[in-house]
Amino acid sequence: MTNWFYNLTPNEQFAIFSLLKIVIAVFAVVLPMVAYSVVAERRISAWIQDRIGPNRVGPFGLLQPAADGLKFILKEDFTPAYARKVYFWLAPAVAMVPALMTLAVIPFGSKLGSQQAVIADLNVGILFTFGIVSLGVYGIVLAGYASNSKYPFLGGIRSSAQMISYEIAMGMSVIPVFMLVGDLNLSAVIEYQKNGMWLILKQPIAFVIFLVAAFAETNRLPFDMPEAESELVGGYHTEYSSMKFALFFLGEYAAMIAVSAMMVVLFLGGWTLPFAGLNETAESLGMGLLQVGIFIGKLLLFMGLFIWVRWMLPRFRYDQLMDIGWKRFVPLALANIVVTAIYLYLTHGK
Amino acid sequence: MEILFYIFSALTLLCGLLVVFNPFSRNPVTSAMFLVLTIICMSGLFVLLKAFFLAAVQILVYAGAVIVLFLFVIMLMNIKEEERQRFRKFGTFLGAAAVAGLAWILVTTVMNSRTGERSVANNTGETKELGELLFTNYVLPFEIVSLLLLVAMVGCILLSKTPETEEEAE
Repeated sequence: MTNWFYNLTPNEQFAIFSLLKIVIAVFAVVLPMVAYSVVAERRISAWIQDRIGPNRVGPFGLLQPAADGLKFILKEDFTPAYARKVYFWLAPAVAMVPALMTLAVIPFGSKLGSQQAVIADLNVGILFTFGIVSLGVYGIVLAGYASNSKYPFLGGIRSSAQMISYEIAMGMSVIPVFMLVGDLNLSAVIEYQKNGMWLILKQPIAFVIFLVAAFAETNRLPFDMPEAESELVGGYHTEYSSMKFALFFLGEYAAMIAVSAMMVVLFLGGWTLPFAGLNETAESLGMGLLQVGIFIGKLLLFMGLFIWVRWMLPRFRYDQLMDIGWKRFVPLALANIVVTAIYLYLTHGK
Repeated sequence: MEILFYIFSALTLLCGLLVVFNPFSRNPVTSAMFLVLTIICMSGLFVLLKAFFLAAVQILVYAGAVIVLFLFVIMLMNIKEEERQRFRKFGTFLGAAAVAGLAWILVTTVMNSRTGERSVANNTGETKELGELLFTNYVLPFEIVSLLLLVAMVGCILLSKTPETEEEAE
């Protein structure tokens, strides 16, 4: 049975394993996680607002995603006559895909059996993620443009300005991290943190800037200008219905998962815990799975934070959003780079 | 691997052609979107050369920046008017002539250059080496380019700033 497999060339084996990892990571882990973070969001918001929340479908409302999904599929898929058809169809897909692609370079564990627990161990991992994230804005802008009506248009324009601004702050905030690590590879970043000195302790300013920029990049409250309900109806997805709307909705959660995963890797030590040998490369399959579990646990912490913040803070005003991005975070990130450079020069240089 | 090279090159050329010469749509937004596709295909070519850093930067800088172009198109141009325009004969002729001239130069250059020793692609520490080269051998061009960008930025701000009227100045 397994004979044919060993007869393949290493390249073919690599391709098969990569495909397997993609299928498992995306369809068995990320998509269910997306579905259940929607449920979590609804339940947690209900607790915060002293309501009960969805608890009818299945035990504790756990089958809610199935009901939601079915409802989305059965709704009429309406395309307004004045919309630009091609872009109108393209936009939801473009919104969803980059979020999933970012996960390709995230190391979610050390080893599973003989396989490294990362889909693509790129040596420029972080640049890849930033590149893909910068493509994410196209989905929203295209949606705004394609809908060809006023509120989506305003939402799209707002979103592009917001995402371009915060991308700069986000990109600059991680530079000190890589100055310390000396490598752009995300596995190397985890290797650097495995003695328990997580980068959140060494670079707290970078972490705060990255966290806030992450909220802005994923269009979450307090920075959800592109879809501000009270001003723009639904923002860029006003004209969308059925599965197309669902794709935007799920894309937002997928982007949250991607950005949380990045934060876990960059600042919280990835799959490591500094005791019981959990910071060493796993030798048994059980240990490997445990480390994947640790990674997902840390990731869920961030997802919880995202949801919690959404229901606790009011929305920023648009000029405040731009002010805090350009006049506070960008200079702060630059100062952080300079300070880190001086520190490195004094300790390692000469 | 060779087949991938041909796929990416063909896609790059096709998308590049559709940016400037699209028989199906005269919409500038469509051109901008094809420009994004061209850039992504080109970064695919860089990946095949094992220049991962360049590939990532290509997408990050260029594909990310096209969104600004996109916005300019939406905000500053009258798209309906642009769409109504047909291909101008003179413009098409001039464009074709320019492309032919450039292609001729390229072909003659490639034909005349001897195939030398192929430099070995090295996919470890590439970013580090690039950074070292930029700050040692190529530091002067690097600084000049950054100064040029700074000048462009200052000029941009100066141009986009609304001039102060007399009353406001007082």
